[in-house]
Amino acid sequence: MILQVRDLKVSFRTEQGLVQAIDGVTFDVREGEVLGIAGESGSGKTVTLLAVMGLITDPNAIITGSIQYRGRELVGMPAREMRDLRGREIAMIFQDPMTALTPVYTIGWQIVEQIRAHQTISRRAAWDKAVALLAEVNIPKPEEAAHRYPHQLSGGMRQRAVIAMALSCNPALLVADEPTTALDVTVQAQILDLLRKLQKTHGSAIVFITHDLGVMAELADRIMVMYAGRIVERSTRAAILAGPRHPYTRALLDSIPPLDGPRPHRLRTISGAPPSLLHLPAGCSFGPRCPQRVEACGAKPALTGTDHATACFLAATP
Amino acid sequence: MIYAVLQRLGQMVFVMVGISLLVFLIFFGTPGVDPAARIAGRNASPEVLEAVRISFGFDQPFYIQYLTMMKKIFITGDLTSFVNRGWEVVPAVLDTIPVTLSLVLGAAVLWIIFSLIIGVLAAAYRDTWIDKILMILGLIGISMPVYWLGEVMNLVTQSRYHDTWLFSWVPPLGYKPLSEDPKGWFLTLVIPWFTLSILYIGLYGRVLRASITEALQEDYIRTARAKGLSETRILLRHALRTSLISFVTLFGLDFGALVGGSALLTEVVFGLQGVGKLTFDALQNLDLPIIMTTVLYASFFVVVANAIVDVVYILLDPRVRTA
Repeated sequence: MILQVRDLKVSFRTEQGLVQAIDGVTFDVREGEVLGIAGESGSGKTVTLLAVMGLITDPNAIITGSIQYRGRELVGMPAREMRDLRGREIAMIFQDPMTALTPVYTIGWQIVEQIRAHQTISRRAAWDKAVALLAEVNIPKPEEAAHRYPHQLSGGMRQRAVIAMALSCNPALLVADEPTTALDVTVQAQILDLLRKLQKTHGSAIVFITHDLGVMAELADRIMVMYAGRIVERSTRAAILAGPRHPYTRALLDSIPPLDGPRPHRLRTISGAPPSLLHLPAGCSFGPRCPQRVEACGAKPALTGTDHATACFLAATP
Repeated sequence: MIYAVLQRLGQMVFVMVGISLLVFLIFFGTPGVDPAARIAGRNASPEVLEAVRISFGFDQPFYIQYLTMMKKIFITGDLTSFVNRGWEVVPAVLDTIPVTLSLVLGAAVLWIIFSLIIGVLAAAYRDTWIDKILMILGLIGISMPVYWLGEVMNLVTQSRYHDTWLFSWVPPLGYKPLSEDPKGWFLTLVIPWFTLSILYIGLYGRVLRASITEALQEDYIRTARAKGLSETRILLRHALRTSLISFVTLFGLDFGALVGGSALLTEVVFGLQGVGKLTFDALQNLDLPIIMTTVLYASFFVVVANAIVDVVYILLDPRVRTA
């Protein structure tokens, strides 16, 4: 196991009260595995990743539970140690490559900065390494690109540069927050290919977020679906895509337009809206929107099952 | 990049010519007023009026008048004041420039250093007591009027506590040229430097804190954290570096204005014969040739300071280079 998250809870004190962003999340990531996290906005996907990176800097955040990286506890780890791990063993790719790079430095400079933050290596050697990385992520003319500023590159090229930077110290765990959302569809496909290729060559484990189930099907070995700060279903890609057990997962999959056959008059949607994290409904959070609600849903369902875990009373008693 | 710099310098010349025309029009083209009478000063005799009229070419077409004026200021340099009979204007202005430059340059060095320290410290310790104390001090600095502060400084260093160990080094008011007496130059200017810079230290410290705090919310700061950089490095190399762009813009405007005569109050309080003081005196007896020259001089410095800022801008922000 490269990452073991146990009963992770993150809440934020706000003027309106306590916002429970993540409410008891438990999952594992195996070495070299690709785990995809799906869910709507506000379901706690990004907060989960930021907690793993130790990047929740809000002084009003309360983090409890346990995150173990190769046996080392990350929750409450001293800032210095965490910093040493960040960028070297755990690296992150962000959603919007337009704003993720400092505008006043060249791409090469920014990659060199990360390499030299973690390794004792000469400027020259670090620069050569940066150019090699840019070549590896298929940026044409990498020597020239290294001398370019972020605003001089297209979105796809910038995201490649961000990926090259994330890979610069050969991290064992790569965390990606919607890496393709801000890009054009054609560029998205290229970036996905690239990530898959790099995952093979570097052997890093990847945890990524997406709300695009197409991306999920392309990349993930295992899928975890989150709703209102909790995991509602977790299994292998094949099991989830072929036989979703939680009504929410089913509804999500149903809302994908079919590629073949006649196009439906209207796309299927999930009625209602995600609950406010300030006032979560008692019992199952999906209850109020669930088409198959039963009496038992007034209590909170636990995530049960090992290979195919579901947090639903209907799934637990087939 | 060199092209961008040259283009900016070209614009500067263009703006300068525009300003000189505008100033000339205001002083000499205002309908219904006889410019000769204004230049000659109050209660001038008919002979003097006639001499002015010929010397400035007021009997000739307007563009000749403008060219004559520019020639008198920039080429022959023989523009004379009629109010102060026969006083050569251009050398008088040139004499005041080193005084004002010494005052403003020294103050600028102080205010850059101290406001950088205050802004960075306050941003690094934002929302702690260090931040609060620094920001309150900054506000006090901004609120103190420079003429009052200067007089208090004089009271303390020149009379009340002059004979104590603390201030016995302070020389009497006045200016000593750097080339003749470097030590005296420095000592006479120390108190004026601090007096002039306190307002700007407070202002720039607060502005810098605000822009660093804003920069720290940017996505690229999160990237920098994810890279595993130290907080100090993130603050100085990423947040401060991008905040400097607005800092420099502000600096150029204030510096240009101060060299152009806005340091007037400090100059008057400390008895320094600078550009501001000269303009002030000229305004009191409506000495048009001097006003004309100092206004041109002031606009020149504002424009030059802005051009320099734009060049620094090009160096600081790669996004400006290609635009």
